[in-house]
Order: sequence, then structure tokens, then C-alpha cells
Amino acid sequence: MSADSIIPPRAVAVPHPVSALVRRIRALDWRPLLSFAAIIALWFAAYEFNWVRAKFLPSPVAVVERLWFEIHSGTIVTDLLETLRRNIIGLAIGGFIGLALGALLGISSGFAKIVGPTVLAQRQTALFAWVPLLSVWFGGADVGKIAFISVAAFQPIVINTWRGLTLVPKTYKELAESLSFTRWDYVRLVAIPNALPTIFTGFHAALIYAWLATVGAELFLNIAPGLGGRLTEGSQLFEIDLLFLTIILFGIVGLFYNSLAERTEGLFLKWNSR
Amino acid sequence: MSHASFSASATSGVPALDIRNLEKTFHVRDNDVHVLSGINLTVEAGEFITIVGASGCGKSTLLRLILGLDRDYEGDVRVNGETVSGPGPDRAIVFQEHRLLPWLTAEGNVGTALLYSGLTRQEKREAIRDHLELVGLSAFATAYPGQLSGGMAQRVSIARALVNRPRFLLLDEPLGALDALTRLRLQDELKRIVANEGSTAVLVTHDVDEAVYLGHRIVVLHPRPGRIAAILPVPAAAREDRSSPEFVALRDEVLGLLGVESGKSAVRHRETETRVAV
Ligand SMILES: Nc1ncnc2c1ncn2[C@@H]1O[C@H](COP(=O)(O)OP(=O)(O)OP(=O)(O)O)[C@@H](O)[C@H]1O
Ligand SMILES: [Mg+2]
Repeated sequence: MSADSIIPPRAVAVPHPVSALVRRIRALDWRPLLSFAAIIALWFAAYEFNWVRAKFLPSPVAVVERLWFEIHSGTIVTDLLETLRRNIIGLAIGGFIGLALGALLGISSGFAKIVGPTVLAQRQTALFAWVPLLSVWFGGADVGKIAFISVAAFQPIVINTWRGLTLVPKTYKELAESLSFTRWDYVRLVAIPNALPTIFTGFHAALIYAWLATVGAELFLNIAPGLGGRLTEGSQLFEIDLLFLTIILFGIVGLFYNSLAERTEGLFLKWNSR
Repeated sequence: MSHASFSASATSGVPALDIRNLEKTFHVRDNDVHVLSGINLTVEAGEFITIVGASGCGKSTLLRLILGLDRDYEGDVRVNGETVSGPGPDRAIVFQEHRLLPWLTAEGNVGTALLYSGLTRQEKREAIRDHLELVGLSAFATAYPGQLSGGMAQRVSIARALVNRPRFLLLDEPLGALDALTRLRLQDELKRIVANEGSTAVLVTHDVDEAVYLGHRIVVLHPRPGRIAAILPVPAAAREDRSSPEFVALRDEVLGLLGVESGKSAVRHRETETRVAV
């Protein structure tokens, strides 16, 4: 027997929780924060030394004060929640339809021959071209906005699900053939696991597209509670601190979605961690 | 007859494998590549055939035709008297590269060969465990292929091929990626399994010692197009003892057919190869 069979693969000592925390903090990469810090420093400097007129650039302090005010007596928390609600519903609807249609396209080549070209053509249309049509169909209120977000989420998910399921390496197809896999076992053991990384890529893109679409929908369609409405308000009333605050909030949610997507992917694709 | 030992297990008159006038050509764009030519080979049930030949002479192609992965050829390929129309549970292959599914653990991969075995859950679990033990990977049952070395992955794929006790084993350099010690041990295991289960085996190898030690008969292929240069029966004494004069004589004969000049240089060649493999 060879030596490699002596050591079991998962012989890892259980770390002490505190030292584990310290180790995690040490392991954090601080470098990405440098550019953030530089921007904020630049922002302070620009304000302090009057490089830009205060009308166009609020002080960072003013933005924090605005946040404080909004939390205590304003509506920004409700706006944020409204925006997130719309975003998540749209994402769920678009994602579900995209996943279902993509699965059909990937599993049935007959269906793909009929429906596939239409799906591909739909992808070529610019996303925002759908706004007027959807507002005619669904109105400019909540339903219209959610419909638009759904379309945005739908596109990358349907394409990636379809592609992931069809692009199985020939070697795996031959293996499945040599083991006489039934169609269902092939789908279950080869096609779906093979598609998962691609589907996750689609899901990742859908998160970002849907978030962009949420901003767009709230800006282009009529005003309702939501962060987009606050942007419009900020620019019309020239409340520069509100504009900055809202943009920063949009960025934070976007960042959160991004890291959420990366984490879930790592969690699901244990085998992919090479 | 030097290989009378196995012919007793050939009960019916039908050979396990019967290849007649096989011609195989690959059509690549406007080019036709003639890969196999005039192959005639009959293998009795229970027989262990080893195939040696230069790289690119069509050994893997031949195994794919026997398995039924490729049905574009001229001539006749019959398994148990029936023309091969595709892969079946009676035949199992160890591909030249391990071809494990990266999203399944070692035991999950071995289990893919038992989907239609009719065994109960418990029996499957035992069969998987036994076969991982056989290839020395019990401790790695729950490891993913990405966490295994090349040789370990190859051993998992050997376990996958053996676990369903196929009547017919196709082995494409199954021990090529292994260290010398594991290789010797698994050679004995393969020999024992084929003998005990009465299965038929066709094994491709670049290791002439292995071909002599495992085979009842050795098929030597010559390249471009791949054709049978000789089919050499292996004397029982050679299969039993690697240092017997019969073994050495046959090995030198095979090396000669492969174009390696003297026995001396062949030995040196072997030594370098072993050192590299370790
Ligand atoms: N799918 C294919 N299309 C075109 N040519 C192919 C294909 N598969 C194999 N060949 C050609 O057929 C010949 C034989 O290939 P094969 O893989 O059977 O060789 P081999 O004897 O197994 O070699 P090795 O010892 O290196 O594994 C090679 O020249 C190869 O280029
Ligand atoms: Mg080969």
C-alpha cells in the first residue's frame, strides 16, 4: 500500500474561536480599502480647500448628518426597504422563469430549436428599450417596475442555464454512455452539476443587472417610495447631500450582492475549489 | 497449448470477443487517417489479453470500438457473438485518463457504476467500500477528484470499472500513473480478479513487463496504420515469475518486435522508466 493512503484528507485540528477570529482579521486583505480611503481623503480635501463649490459637493460630514436625520425623522430606511423588496421580487420572478426556460432549452434540443433563436434575439435588445413597453403593459407603478427588473434578471440566467446544460465536455458524455446512464441520470449526475458554475455566473450577473434595473425603473417610471425616487428628489430640490447619500447606499447594496453571490457559489461548489 | 488454463472456462463455443477484418479510418476535414488495418483477433472468455504498441498506433481507438463508443468502422466486432451496438453493463472500461466526475466524491464516482446493478443500498455501500479498499483508497472515500493525485484518481477509476463485476474489462493503461509499488500490487489484484471471476480482460500498456506478467497472450501492434505484428502466447512460467528465463525471453522478443534492439539496452530503458515513475 502506498504512503498517500495513510493520512486521511480532513485531519484538521479544531481552532480556538478567539484565535480563529484574530487569524481571520489578520488574513483580511486591506489593500482594496486603500482606494476607498484615498477617495474619501480626496473628497475631504476638495471640500476643505474649496476646490469645488459647496453647492455641487457636500462635505462628507454633511452626508453623515443627512443619514442621521433620515434615520430619525426621514424616510430613507423605508425607501431602501421598498427598493430592496421590488428588487428581490423581480429577481425571484425573472430568475425562476429564466431557470425554468433555460432548463427546458438545455434538456430538450427540439425545444431549443424552436424557442432558442427567439431567446437569443431577445438578448440582443438593449435592456432599457423595454421600459416604455413594459410601462404600457403593466403601468408605471409597482407592477411595471417589477416586470422590468424581472426582464433584467431573466436574461443572464436563461442564457447561462441553457449554455451550461448543453456544453458538457465530450469526455463526460462518453463516460455517461459507457456507464449506460439513463437520460434522467445523465441530467442529474452530469448535465446539472456541469452547468452549476455557469448558472452561478448567470445568477451573479442577474443580481447586478437586476440592481441596475431597479435604479433605472425607479428613475424612469413614476415616483413611488424607493431610493430612485430620492435621487429624483435630490436633483430636483438640489439636495446634494441626499444625492450623495443615496448613491452611496446604492453602491453598498451592490457590493453586498456581489459578495453574497461569491460566497454562495463557494458554498455550493465545494468540489470546484481548486 | 500454453494457455490451456483459461480455455476451460470458455463454456460455450462463442468467443468473448471476435474481431474480423477491422478497418478504422478517421475523417478529419479533407484528410483521411487510416488508424487500424486488417485487425483479426479472437478472445476466449476468461482470457487476459495485453496489447502493446507505439504511441498513436490505435490502441485506445481499438478499445473504444470494442466498448461501442465509436461505431464508424469496417469489418466485424462481436462481443459474445453479437455485433457491438453500444456500451453495455457487461463491459467496463478504465479510460486512459481517469474521467472521474469532479462534483462527485471518490465513493460517489465508484457508485455511478452501480446505478442499475439491482443491489440494495447496503450492498452498494459495501461493494464501493470493498473496491476502494482494493485500490488502497479507503481513507479518501469522501475526497473529491480535485483533492486526489493523478495516480489516486486513476485508482478510483479502476475501482469504478471493477465494482459492478463486469464480464469484460477494457483497461487503457490503467496503471500508468502509479508508483512502482502500487503498480505491482494492482497488477496482482487485476490478475487475481480476472482469474477468480472468470472475466475477460483486454489491457493496453506501455510496460512490456506488465504485458508479459498479466497476459495469456500479448498482441503487438505496429503503427501507421495500426496492425497486428504478432500475437504471442505467454508460457505459464513467465506469468508466474518475473525472473524466470521464459519471462525474460518473451520480454526481449516483444521489445524486439517494438524495435528496441538488444535486451541490455531494454533493461536500462526499463530502469530509467521505473526511476521516473517512483
Ligand atoms: N477522434 C479522432 N479524430 C481524429 N483522429 C483521431 C481521433 N482519435 C484518435 N485519432 C488518431 O488515431 C490515432 C490513434 O490514436 P489512439 O488514441 O488510438 O492511439 P494510442 O495507441 O492509444 O496512443 P497512446 O499510446 O499515445 O495512448 C492517432 O494518430 C490519433 O491522432
Ligand atoms: Mg491511448
